[in-house]
Amino acid sequence: MTTTEARRVAPSRGTSDGAYRDAGTAICPLDRIARESGVAALVDGEAVAVFRTYDDQVFAISNFDPFGRASVLSRGIVGTRGEEEIPFVASPLLKQRFDLRTGACLDDPAVVVPTWDVQVVDGMVVVGARRETITSCEP
Amino acid sequence: MNQRKQLVVVGHGMVGHRFVQAAIERGLTETHDITILGEEPRPAYDRVALTSFFERGAEALSFLPGGAYDDPRVALRLGAEVVAISPRQRVITLASGEDLHYDELVLATGAFPFVPPVPGKDLKNVFVYRTIEDLEAIRAASRKAKVGAVIGGGLLGLEAANALHQLGLETHVVELAPRLMAVQIDDAAGSTLNRHIETLGLRVHTGAMTEAVLGKDKVTGLALKDRNPLDVDLVVFSAGIRPRDALARAADLDIAERGGILVDEHCRTSDEHIWAIGECAAPGGRMYGLVAPGYTMAEVVVDALLGGEAGSFTGADMSTKLKLLGVDVASFGDAFATDEDALEVVYADAVAGVYKKLVVKELASGGYELLGGILVGDASSYGVLRPLVGSGIELPDNPEGLILPAARGGVSTGSTTDMLPDDAQVCSCNNVTKAEIAAAVSDGGGCDSPACVTACTKAGSTCGSCKTVVKKIVEDHFASVGRVVDRSLCEHFAMTRQELFEVVAVHGYNRFDDIIEGHGRGRGCDICKPAVASVLASLLNHHVLDGANATLQDTNDAYLANLQKNGTYSVVPRIPGGEITPDKLIVIGEVARDYGLYTKITGGQRIDLFGARMEDLPAIWKRLVDAGMESGHAYGKSLRTVKSCVGSTWCRYGVQDSVGMAIELELRYRGLRSPHKLKGGVSGCARECAEARGKDFGVIATEKGWNLYVGGNGGAVPAHAQLLAGDLSREELICYLDRFLMYYIRTADRLQRTSTWLDEIGGLERVREVVVDDSLGLGSELESSMDRHVDSYFDEWKATIEDPEKLSRFVSFVNAPGTPDPHITFTEERGQIRADLVDGPVSLGASIPVGAP
Ligand SMILES: Cc1cc2nc3c(=O)[nH]c(=O)nc-3n(C[C@H](O)[C@H](O)[C@H](O)COP(=O)(O)OP(=O)(O)OC[C@H]3O[C@@H](n4cnc5c(N)ncnc54)[C@H](O)[C@@H]3O)c2cc1C
Ligand code: HEM
Ligand code: SF4
Ligand code: SF4
Ligand code: FES
Repeated sequence: MTTTEARRVAPSRGTSDGAYRDAGTAICPLDRIARESGVAALVDGEAVAVFRTYDDQVFAISNFDPFGRASVLSRGIVGTRGEEEIPFVASPLLKQRFDLRTGACLDDPAVVVPTWDVQVVDGMVVVGARRETITSCEP
Repeated sequence: MNQRKQLVVVGHGMVGHRFVQAAIERGLTETHDITILGEEPRPAYDRVALTSFFERGAEALSFLPGGAYDDPRVALRLGAEVVAISPRQRVITLASGEDLHYDELVLATGAFPFVPPVPGKDLKNVFVYRTIEDLEAIRAASRKAKVGAVIGGGLLGLEAANALHQLGLETHVVELAPRLMAVQIDDAAGSTLNRHIETLGLRVHTGAMTEAVLGKDKVTGLALKDRNPLDVDLVVFSAGIRPRDALARAADLDIAERGGILVDEHCRTSDEHIWAIGECAAPGGRMYGLVAPGYTMAEVVVDALLGGEAGSFTGADMSTKLKLLGVDVASFGDAFATDEDALEVVYADAVAGVYKKLVVKELASGGYELLGGILVGDASSYGVLRPLVGSGIELPDNPEGLILPAARGGVSTGSTTDMLPDDAQVCSCNNVTKAEIAAAVSDGGGCDSPACVTACTKAGSTCGSCKTVVKKIVEDHFASVGRVVDRSLCEHFAMTRQELFEVVAVHGYNRFDDIIEGHGRGRGCDICKPAVASVLASLLNHHVLDGANATLQDTNDAYLANLQKNGTYSVVPRIPGGEITPDKLIVIGEVARDYGLYTKITGGQRIDLFGARMEDLPAIWKRLVDAGMESGHAYGKSLRTVKSCVGSTWCRYGVQDSVGMAIELELRYRGLRSPHKLKGGVSGCARECAEARGKDFGVIATEKGWNLYVGGNGGAVPAHAQLLAGDLSREELICYLDRFLMYYIRTADRLQRTSTWLDEIGGLERVREVVVDDSLGLGSELESSMDRHVDSYFDEWKATIEDPEKLSRFVSFVNAPGTPDPHITFTEERGQIRADLVDGPVSLGASIPVGAP
């Protein structure tokens, strides 16, 4: 199954089809994540929320909601905002929305949660390195 | 140093209260300490709405339910009667003997009902109609009485008659004058009103003089001059009111010829430190028996005491509109055409029982100006017509168009708000002009709805007769600035929840994707997804976690439990009606102990178990299911609980089995998804221990059956439920409740509770038409959709633990199901756990081995 386009390939570790273990932590098959929802995964000891959007892109951000101070973001509702259709998750606690691409809070841009590289390799979702800086995301 | 002045107010009625409010708002308490003394046992209440005491209770009428003002410089003392004033020492004396010094004294003692000196007036079962205590006494006596008579056919008399009629008494109205409401309406209008009232089963005796109240100890009859006596066992006198000016008389203040404390245009009495306002005052020698002039006087005195530019009281509008026994009656301006050049335009339809009269005067230009009028049977145009009086506005060419029914060439009064000049007084109770209303909704004003305008300007908050015009002005204003009131659900759906409901029902959609592709844009959000989920759940009653629906569910529905602040859940086992066996109670205790859950009794007669980890939820539910219980919908926009009192099975007072009814209702409506949470309550008698009237639907037992109340809620803006229908059988109750709930579910907006929905959809009357009278013919459809809900109900929690796919959601980490979430920590308090929050993400360190799936 190769129809799924990998979202961001971890540049640091190099990727090759079938060798997903090299790219980072394999967390589950893509099918395990319902479209427009998320799961929580443990990546190098940290709680990461991994989402699958309507068009089968995958995103990984920290599971920790800095407003509510609890590890819950994977349980939020996934949707899009505005004409540009920014993919976001709304915290299940107090509903602040986070841009899945950048981790930036759409309601309070000063707040940004960490993001991870993530890709789908042979139908398996693989979370790579934690991104050091927040880069603005080209569509 | 500035010495603070002592301001004493005598009388905590409608006007005294308004005076204190205005004094606080306008800064008088910066310089004055205010002491307000009221003789009644309770704080000021809405006397204008007194009759609704029977339906709504004393609390709903109160202006100051907390019994104290927010401003610490105001002291309210109740049950404190003032018995003397000594103007020279500036001291008043209380009935208790206590003396109080004042610098300024305001008298707001109101009026008392006049009882003519006929023999027998002191017998038992003779009442007046002025205070809540009067009404309580009338209600108590009515239980043992059959026939009542009201002496006096004026405004108040007809209200009292209305009340007796509603209390189930055969009711007579005895009026000395040749017609009812002699002060407000003319002969023709009076006879139209007579006919209306008689068709309702009341007996009207006009031109009848009461000679004596008959009876030994208790009333047995009424003797009328030149007529046969009436057999009655309860009498209410409503023969006019008299100003309570006795204190002022004894203190040698000037009194008006026909009673009332004489005051000048600043409401100052003959003593420069004493003021009088409200019904006890007689500005220019005339007293006013309505609340609006009293409110104006209160403002005038606050003006004077503030020392700035003083306002003055120069007469008042005595217009009246009321609904008596379901009949509209209004009288305004120069209703009797006393102006020399006045002309009358009359429209009467004897069959429909409508009588309308406009009093107009020809202007030099050849057009007409409105001087006043009378409306009986249909007063819908009152709100627009009254402000035209004295505005100098020229009427349309054919003034009769204003009172003709639309079908016969009349103009819809709705379209005439633009005819009103800016300074037209729209709300006469609170003196609010059209311009002030428009200002409240314009850019600087900050209001966006009629309700907000009422809250800000007070327009519409007293008698309510101006509400439709206020609403119309607001809407017209928005239309004129090209602003449509945006009722879109969110950026993805340009429609209301009701429209969405219809779209989904009509197309038979069952997937979010189809709905948003066909009728929305983008991919949805945390607002529209749960709304769609709720609509789908109402229409299909499938499992909320079925297929793609799982991703639409709001926080709590998504995991079938209440999410708490630290990411854990609380489980609230369903306890229908609050009834539980000891064995089940023990199971709940064991579950709580075994999973280390914080345990608390809720406000809704449930037991809430907090601190459950998501991955433990299925096991907890299984324990409950195995013991014959289910978890409960203590979360989500759905039926929460039906609270009950213990009722007739144990309680000495109970007249019906309230617990049995509550259980039946909770089991019937459990799992029902709705626009907002829904709560119910059932009490076994009128003592109302279950507080059912604080619920969306409240059922209160009567000797004959059940009373159904709707539209109540607790929370931040509490509302009392209102009586929808009374003395219902079990079958009728369930039928009306089915229809009511389904009607609400279909037509309410997202997050709109029944109380606000009720107001918006047209009030209790409208809902009664649809639910009780079935005016839209929707009844059987609403009932059958409720039947479908009831038939297809299943235990969502049980279904979840039986379905491996649904179960797979309930893990801490998808790739490390055995590792608990390290962010969840607890401290201990009072012997139980308490949620602790962490400051940032917690790392378990890479040393924890993580197995690939
Ligand atoms: C059934 C009914 C329906 C009405 N409907 C309407 C209507 O539709 N529209 C309208 O405009 N008006 C209506 N009115 C009239 C309206 O209620 C009065 O105009 C208004 O209440 C007057 O306010 P007030 O403060 O002057 O008097 P009140 O509200 O009577 O207050 C006076 C208070 O002073 C207290 N008091 C008196 N003497 C003393 C003392 N010596 N020491 C301490 N306290 C004292 C009294 O106990 C009372 O609480 C209605 C009245 C009734 C009874
Ligand atoms: C995260 C938010 C909330 C949670 C988790 C929550 C939870 C609960 C629970 C579990 C109950 C008991 C229900 C039962 O016994 O079955 C309850 C009762 C109640 N809640 Fe909430 N609630 C929340 C928000 C609110 C809000 C915002 C309001 C007010 C607008 C509110 C008003 C009430 C009231 C009035 C009751 C008492 C019901 C009664 O006496 O019957 N709750 N709540
Ligand atoms: S409402 Fe009536 S029946 Fe119920 S507990 Fe109270 S007194 Fe008893
Ligand atoms: S009143 Fe406030 S704090 Fe208490 S349960 Fe309700 S929402 Fe929570
Ligand atoms: S006219 Fe009575 S509330 Fe406005």
